Parts: sequence; C-alpha cells; structure tokens
Amino acid sequence: MSVLTVETVVAGYEPGLPIVRGVSFTLSAGEILVLLGPNGAGKSTLAKAVAGLVTISSGTVRLRGVSLAGMAAHDRIRHGVAFVPQTGNVFAGLTVADNLAIAVNILPRAERAGRIAAMLALFPDLAAARRARAGLLSGGQRQMLAIARALAVAPSVLTLDEPSAGLSPKLVGAVMQKLREIRDSGVAILLVEQNARAALAVADRAMILAEGRIAHEGHGASMLDDPAVAGLYLGRRV
Amino acid sequence: MNGQIVIDGMTSGAMIGLGAIGVTLTYGLLRFANFAHGEFATWGAYIALVLASLLGTLLGGADGTIGDLTFGWHLLVALAGSMVLTALLALALDSVLFRRLRRHGSGMVLVIASFGASLALRSLLEFGFTGQPQYYSREIAMTVAIAPGMRATLDQLVVLGVAVALMAGTHLMLTHTALGRAMRATSENPDLARLAGIDVADVVRTTWLLGGAMAAAAGVFLGVTVQLRPTMGFELLLPLFAAAILGGIGSVPGAMAGGMIIGIAEAAAVPIAGAQYRAAVAFVVLLVVLLIKPTGLFGARER
Ligand SMILES: Nc1ncnc2c1ncn2[C@@H]1O[C@H](COP(=O)(O)OP(=O)(O)OP(=O)(O)O)[C@@H](O)[C@H]1O
Ligand SMILES: [Mg+2]
Repeated sequence: MSVLTVETVVAGYEPGLPIVRGVSFTLSAGEILVLLGPNGAGKSTLAKAVAGLVTISSGTVRLRGVSLAGMAAHDRIRHGVAFVPQTGNVFAGLTVADNLAIAVNILPRAERAGRIAAMLALFPDLAAARRARAGLLSGGQRQMLAIARALAVAPSVLTLDEPSAGLSPKLVGAVMQKLREIRDSGVAILLVEQNARAALAVADRAMILAEGRIAHEGHGASMLDDPAVAGLYLGRRV
Repeated sequence: MNGQIVIDGMTSGAMIGLGAIGVTLTYGLLRFANFAHGEFATWGAYIALVLASLLGTLLGGADGTIGDLTFGWHLLVALAGSMVLTALLALALDSVLFRRLRRHGSGMVLVIASFGASLALRSLLEFGFTGQPQYYSREIAMTVAIAPGMRATLDQLVVLGVAVALMAGTHLMLTHTALGRAMRATSENPDLARLAGIDVADVVRTTWLLGGAMAAAAGVFLGVTVQLRPTMGFELLLPLFAAAILGGIGSVPGAMAGGMIIGIAEAAAVPIAGAQYRAAVAFVVLLVVLLIKPTGLFGARER
C-alpha cells in the first residue's frame, strides 16, 4: 500500500526555472526507495519539495491519498513526513537532549518521554552523549542524532539527504544498517544518495534522477551491473 | 576605579543590557540590525508617563511614593502596562514594515527601513511631548551608603534589582522552557526548526514581543534615574548594539554582561576623559573585545 504518492511534480527555487521537472513515484510502508543521480540533478530539491521546504509549482504530493499542497513544512512533520537534510541537520548549539526535546515537542505530552527513551535505546551512542552540545559530536554521532531527531515523532515517511556524506566506510555501513532496522519497523524511506554502492545494498527499489527527470528505475543491487546506469554516472565510480 | 563608578555604571549597564536583549534576539533570528530598537525604549518611557498620569486622573490623586523611592505604585502599574503596549508596538512595526520587506528585500533594505522607522517614531514623540525633558516625579532621590565611598539612590538600587531580575527571567525562559528552546533552535537554523515542527512565524512574533517589552522597561528605568527626552532611546542605540555584539549575538547573558561592561566603562571614562567622550567608550571597548574574541564574549558562532 503506497504511503507517499508523488505525481508529475515540478519544483524549483525561482519562478520559471524548474529544477525538478515532472517527477512521479510511489513509496510504500516498510520500503527503502533510493534516489541516485549526478551532482545538480535535483535530488535535494525533490527531497525538499516532499518535506515542504521548496514550493511545488505543479503536480501533487499525497500522503495516504491526502494532498499536502500548501501545507507548510512545520505542519508536514505533524502529519508524519520527516526529513533529514544533508547539512545543518542538528541544532549544533543545543545539547543532544534539547535536540530530541524539540523534536518530540509536537507530540502529546504523555508520549514525549517514551519517544526520547526509544530513540536513546535505538542509538546507544546518543544516550552517553545526552548532555553534550550537538556541535561537538563526531560525524557519525551527529548523523545518528539527525536521524533520531527526525524519527522521534514516529513518522510514516522518512526522507534522508545523503546521510553517508563525509562518513568513513564503517560508519556508512552502520547508518545503512540503522535504515534497514527503521524500514523493518514499517517506515517508508526515501533515501537520496551519492554513495550508490552502499545505498543500493539496502534498497528495495531505486531511481536515477538526471536533469530533474527520472532517467532510470530498477531493483536494488542489480542496477550496479546495468551499463545504462553506469552511463548516467559517467566519470563517477559506482 | 572607585566604587561610585561601579554602582553608577552598573545601573546604566543594566538598562543597556535590557535594551540589548531585543537587539541581540532579533539580530540573531532575522539577521538584521534594527536601528529603531532604541525608540521602543523611548516609547516605553513615554507610554508609562501617560499611563501613570491617567491613573492619577482616574483615581483623583497624584502618585504617592513607596518608602523613600521617588515613585509610587502608579508608576509600577504603568511600567507593566507600558511593557505590554510597547511589545505590541514592536510587533506592529514588524507586521506593517519589516515582515513585508523580509519577503523581498535584502538585509540592507531592512536596515534603512529601520532608520526610517526610528526617525518617524521619534518625531511623533517630539510632536506630542516637545523636546523638553520630562520627569516621572519631582521628588528628591534619597541616597544610601552601600559601602565606604559608594552611595546609590534607592531608585538606582530598585532599578538595578528589577532589571537584573527581568534579564535573569528572560534567560531562564530561553533555557528552560519549550518556547525558549524553540526560539534558540530557530535562531540557529530556521529551516531545521520548520522541519522539527516549529512555526517560525510564531517564534518571530514572540521575539518582537519580548524585545519590545524589555526595551520599554529600560526606557522607564532611564526615565526614573535620569529623565525622559524624545532622543533618549536613540542615544542609547550605540551602547545597545555595542553590548549585543560584545556579549555575542543571540546571547541573553552576553547582552547582560556586555551592557554592564559598557555601562561601567562609560561611567569610568567620564572623570578620566570628560563627559564628551562618554559615547566613544562603547566603541573602544567593543573594538578591543572583538580583536580578542570576534564572536563576542558568549558568542558561539561566527557571523
Ligand atoms: N537554494 C537554492 N537556490 C537556487 N538554486 C538552487 C538552490 N539549491 C540548489 N539550487 C540549484 O538547483 C540545482 C539542483 O540542485 P540540487 O541540490 O537539488 O542537486 P542534487 O541532485 O542534490 O546535487 P548534489 O548531488 O550535488 O547534492 C542546481 O543547479 C543548484 O544550483
Ligand atoms: Mg543534494
């Protein structure tokens, strides 16, 4: 059953200059959909359009059939659409505990402590660093906090923009393993990545975005062997 | 440095710190220097003057005095009323002017607009109240010795106490409440704040209300310890900015510490260099601190 439906979405930063040019896809509960593509293809822009940070000029984004048109980002998260941006994805000047407290503040009061406890159980590194300022965390811990912050509200859709960026291969593996666990708990995951190998290893389905359009769709790791895919990544190590 | 300079400097420093709260919070959140902020202090002072005299008329008697202070409870009620009304004035200025310009204009357009707003607000007061100084009270301020060589008026001590309490309250609100956390988060990263479910427009409104209310208190306290003039807030503007930058943009304890440092430095400069150099002191202190620590005393981030 599809949770998120994206239909011929056109989006960009300035009127008349579309970056995402008519993208359609669906995303189901308990599924990881990987979005690959060369630099500047519009991956981040598409992710922001789903999250509500970039305005959609035509097309629709629907959550369980209900249109999110005109809904501000701060309301989308209340409806269960969460986003982990690539940069600036934690409040660096605030403690780990405050970052999580802010995240759960939109939940009913009675649920907040339980959700924070659940996040600290899922990310044990964060439990030890609760009083630390997020800006002082290591790259890996910081990424875990960014994911925990988004996941704290038990979203139905979780979009992540290049969560592996800047991490060591070992940490990339750890992040991907977490995403698997999150997927298995029933969350629908849209994973934007440059690290095709790591992302496709956890992907249920994948799409390649080029110049704002979906150029290719496939199923997971087998895509790595497809010459058409390699062509789209000309000059990049896949 | 003698003790008298310290107590005088702290009193004016507390008022500078109160005014600087709004400067530092709006700058931290909206990234623009609001040169009309000093006028909130002036308007706050005059609104309290009007409210206090209205109370006197309504109750058929001038304000008495509390103990050996120069003012009575009429002025305390007027202070509270003025903080509310000035907060609304700050909010109104944002909705009719700054909010519209934020959507399109650059930071520079906003700064120039705030200059214009400052001029307009000040001229309105000059029109209504003339340029002549006014006073809340004609009572003689009683002084007490608080240490050898250190005398303060009771008014000064009360003003200092209330100002510090207001600043401490603001700090506690920012650090210990959900609203305060949301304000700090939005100031640091507005996009992430939106993604976390924070309504940024609400945070902006709260920031104007808070900054306006604190500026009004600074204005009333200045009126109590010195006098009221339509240019009082404008003259406070440079110390306000110096205190905010000195303390570190976005930091309320920084604004408080910055205010105290500027206040004491100004008071110390008068006997050494003469009163005409008072205004230059804020700059000198600011330059020295920025050379040593560019982010300000409590500032975490580069601007
Ligand atoms: N805030 C912005 N304002 C204007 N244009 C932007 C903005 N952000 C991105 N763009 C432009 O939109 C286009 C697509 O950018 P986007 O960040 O979506 O690409 P991407 O696929 O995520 O690339 P990368 O792999 O480098 O992250 C680029 O040409 C970029 O210059
Ligand atoms: Mg990107």
